[in-house]
Amino acid sequence: MTVLENTPSAVLVLAVGVLCGTGVYLLLERPLTRVLLGFVLIGNGVNLMLLVAGGRAGASPIVGNAPNDEPMSDPLAQAMILTSIVITLALTALVLAVAYRSWQLHGHDEVADDVEDRRVARQAALNAPAFEDADATETGETLDEEAAEVYDEVADDDPDGQTPGDAPTDTPGGAR
Amino acid sequence: MLPVLLIVFLLALAAPALVAWLDRRAFWVLALGPAAAAAYAAASTPRVLAGDPPVFSAPWVPGLELSIDLRLDTLAWLMLLVVGGVGALVLLYCSAYFKRGAYGTGRFAAVLTAFAGAMVGLVVADDLLLLFVFWELTTVFSYLLIGHYADRKASRRAAMQAIVVTTAGGLVMLVGLIVLGVSTGTWRVSEVVADPPTGAPAVVAAVCLLAGAATKSALIPFHFWLPAAMAAPTPVSAYLHAAAMVKAGVYLVARFAPALAEVPVWRWLVLLLGGGTLLLGGYRALRQHDLKLVLAFGTVSQLGLIVLLLGLGSRALALAGLALLGAHAMFKAALFLVVGAVDVATGTRDLRRLSGLWRTMPWTAAAGVAATASMIGLPPFAGYVAKEAALEGLWHDVTHGAGALEALALAALVVGSALTVAYGLRFVWGAFATKPVVPAQGREPVDVAGTTPLVSRRQPWLLVAPPMALAVLGLAVALVPSMGEHLLSPYADLYPAGDPGHLVLWGGLTPVLGITVAVLAAGAFLFVQRARVERWQDALWSPRGADVAYRRTMRRLDDLAADVTAGTQRGSLPVYLGIILAVLAVAPGLVIASGLLRGTTVDVAVVPWDRPAQLVVVAIVVCATVLAARARRRLKAVVLVGVAGYANAALFLLHGAPDLALTQVLTETVTIVVLVLVLRRMPPYFTDRPLAVSRWVRLALGVTTGLAMMGLTLAAPLARVATPISVDFPGEAVEFGGGKNIVNVTLVDIRAWDTVGEISVLLVAATGVASLVFLRQRGGEVLRLSRADDVTHPDTHTRSVWIAAGSTVSPERRSVMFEVVTRVIFHVMVLFALFLLFSGHNAPGGGFAAGLVVGIALAVRYLAGGRYELGEAMPVQPGILLGTGLFLSAGVGLVALLTGNEVLESFIHDIHLPVIGKVHLVTSLFFDIGVMLVVVGLVLDLLRTLGAEIDRQSPVPGSEREPEEQAAREVAR
Repeated sequence: MTVLENTPSAVLVLAVGVLCGTGVYLLLERPLTRVLLGFVLIGNGVNLMLLVAGGRAGASPIVGNAPNDEPMSDPLAQAMILTSIVITLALTALVLAVAYRSWQLHGHDEVADDVEDRRVARQAALNAPAFEDADATETGETLDEEAAEVYDEVADDDPDGQTPGDAPTDTPGGAR
Repeated sequence: MLPVLLIVFLLALAAPALVAWLDRRAFWVLALGPAAAAAYAAASTPRVLAGDPPVFSAPWVPGLELSIDLRLDTLAWLMLLVVGGVGALVLLYCSAYFKRGAYGTGRFAAVLTAFAGAMVGLVVADDLLLLFVFWELTTVFSYLLIGHYADRKASRRAAMQAIVVTTAGGLVMLVGLIVLGVSTGTWRVSEVVADPPTGAPAVVAAVCLLAGAATKSALIPFHFWLPAAMAAPTPVSAYLHAAAMVKAGVYLVARFAPALAEVPVWRWLVLLLGGGTLLLGGYRALRQHDLKLVLAFGTVSQLGLIVLLLGLGSRALALAGLALLGAHAMFKAALFLVVGAVDVATGTRDLRRLSGLWRTMPWTAAAGVAATASMIGLPPFAGYVAKEAALEGLWHDVTHGAGALEALALAALVVGSALTVAYGLRFVWGAFATKPVVPAQGREPVDVAGTTPLVSRRQPWLLVAPPMALAVLGLAVALVPSMGEHLLSPYADLYPAGDPGHLVLWGGLTPVLGITVAVLAAGAFLFVQRARVERWQDALWSPRGADVAYRRTMRRLDDLAADVTAGTQRGSLPVYLGIILAVLAVAPGLVIASGLLRGTTVDVAVVPWDRPAQLVVVAIVVCATVLAARARRRLKAVVLVGVAGYANAALFLLHGAPDLALTQVLTETVTIVVLVLVLRRMPPYFTDRPLAVSRWVRLALGVTTGLAMMGLTLAAPLARVATPISVDFPGEAVEFGGGKNIVNVTLVDIRAWDTVGEISVLLVAATGVASLVFLRQRGGEVLRLSRADDVTHPDTHTRSVWIAAGSTVSPERRSVMFEVVTRVIFHVMVLFALFLLFSGHNAPGGGFAAGLVVGIALAVRYLAGGRYELGEAMPVQPGILLGTGLFLSAGVGLVALLTGNEVLESFIHDIHLPVIGKVHLVTSLFFDIGVMLVVVGLVLDLLRTLGAEIDRQSPVPGSEREPEEQAAREVAR
């Protein structure tokens, strides 16, 4: 296989630009369907870009198919694009399922702002904790008071046959 | 050494099963692990003494300089004895301490044994990074043990505090270790110590290592985690927080002091950390009421003392420090175990409520008194011998012209020892003496009057014997001090400076003896005046400074995290996408623009077109996409995007990529089918959002991104100056892949790993779609005609002539024409798919295309005959197809391993079959079949979920009238 000349062709460059540009325009919208269509367009644009990066048009990359003097197009770029095409299909399906679910739950397929994120931002603006962190709170309990709460699950069934009920359960360390 | 380490870890793994089988008696078996370690150390004594330490070496991760280097020198020998011996005793103690079937005993036993293993590994590790690995393991296990009662807030907090503090120090230590390794060029601990670095690396390493030691051994200002860690069960306190884990920091200091003690910053830091901790711990131990807290602060204080002695860098002090390390392990572990026994017997550890135990628990009391005597340095116990040696060494230094450092250390030692005497006496008095009992505040008064002890249960001997053994050992070793000196002095000789010290029971009437007597007297005075001392402490200083500082720091950290989150997580998808795209457009875009315009990167060259037909197709693409962006109607937008997709396929074909064109056409078809299936449920128009400003922003960003991508497209091919790898593909495809279609061989052979990853993505996506629509289970049932009981209009007038499930569709939706066409083309399409599959290796086609064709054939059946038709056409769960496909692709690739080839390597085989003749079989065909199955599974999943299941959930009005719906209409009328 002779190495292809790499010079890009202007029409393909234009197609890449239009596909990606309109794709971005759609991607930034709220309805998931339009977001999805935007993604599909961008996918097509990027696939074309990979194709152009592989070099100029040539014979199909099948051994023995091309005339000897005509160079083959780059098979590596094509293998990557093929992978990309199929993955785009899978992604389309997944986003569609999300859109359908959103429509089922909310009656529309628009991407709303994340409520939890907004709450965290509000709390941060107030310098209030958005969650409870026991490691950071100052309880005001002394070490002694905390230690008095500590007890182990210890032996209460020793050989002299006393039942747990005989243990001094009214004490802080007793079997609870 | 390695077998010992493995035994302990294997026992840890077996612990849950053992506990399930033997309950708490399992601890007896587990105790064998640490006992084996101690026995190994004892058996190796002659070799260690002879200066021929046992070593072991095996590579682990050579690229990271991480190897399993183990070495048992004097220091490791002593630590191994301590860790193994105390560990075995504590595990035995556990078997009587916890009640039968106590909460989480299996996990506790496993973690405690594993901790012993980590500790064994830590002390024998001779590789800097292996040392760090075991260091962090002890941190993690300690976290789990402190948080053993995970349902209690105090436990969780103490555990979190301990792990945050010790891990932070551990990371700093890692920096120090790496500095040591890089600056000396060796990662062997013994070699680093023998040939230490100098200058800046030594200073950095000294500071970093001391930071690690300070957090681990609870030196100021990180001492606060250790008293809080008393939330752990008492045996854990005895082992981790007296004998083993907190000794890890001490061990680190002892390990590197011979190498780094000459660095001035090391010695001053050691004085500051060790001396300060010694005083602070002793001071705070004086006013604790919980026996464990008395011991915890006592431990803090003693750790400071040991670090001070080992770190100052003279031989005499090192010998004293090492002796004290051993003595401390014995007496402090014994004291904790005594507290546990008291706790078991009385149910409290509050010294204000304990009285008269010396009569009711005589053996426990004897062990406690003996251990305390060792702690406060009464002759003839081990603690006395060690402290005498320390005093002697420092006195010798001070009187022989040493500097302020030694004088300060001596002062700290004297004052600290006096405090030790005071809190030691307080402990013994508090635990065992007969005294007036104070009821706890806020609780109902104790029903025992006056001096009646709280003991209500007999003491199992296993709660008495371990502390007794440790206390007696503390006496025994002290009676033969010269043997101790003989055993430990090889370590002290590693230090470069100072005269060798001695361990003696009776050193004659020297000034040092006078100091000792004065210390004991001062301590006793402090104890006698305890009430005044307590009042004085209360008035003087609120002692929670470091803890509060820690919590405020954590609070600030939380605040900072919240602010950062609020600043970056705006919660709006368009904002996120916009930022990503803006970065794409601005950062590489600017580089490319400047490079292209100035011609610095590449010379811009462009041809108008490769083939004239491209111009026409691109015009179609441009029109379709622009119209799609402007469309307000969903279906219109979808169709226009589809047009752009088909036009793309034409561009592929014109470029010389028939495989791409084929795949693109097929995926575009499936995409449109699926989109239409879903969109029929949604409103026909997009919601209007008359936000003019945002639209202009989007337009601007779209144009910018488009331009940036155009720039990239121009620059990328021109930047390719090297010969591409793909020039070799044709030859390789034929020779190794056994196929002529290079793209297909690339997919199934040359870059087969990519394809395995890709079909895994397909599988995940299919599963995701199914779970989003089916909600409750992966795939629902396969809808066979025989079970079509939810169709209420059994079409009795027409028969299912052309397709199987035609009668389940309402008559007004049926089309005879469509059914006939379906009947004709379905099998043809499947045959065509098989043709694509088998010819794909040499001609356009392959697994992807074949799978998509089968998928489209299924879609046709579904569109013609509804969901039951789909079930009849492909009566299997898509999950089975997906799983089988992935197995065929990835699993068959593994077979190549058996024949000694690489994973996924192709295998060409010519078989001669009767009738058919010679068959050229390439194993990658199975890979392609797997790919096809995955794609069929994906499409089937889409049809079943987005088609059939949505039909079932919300039938289109007027098509399949459900009974409830009809009834509802009746009612409405």
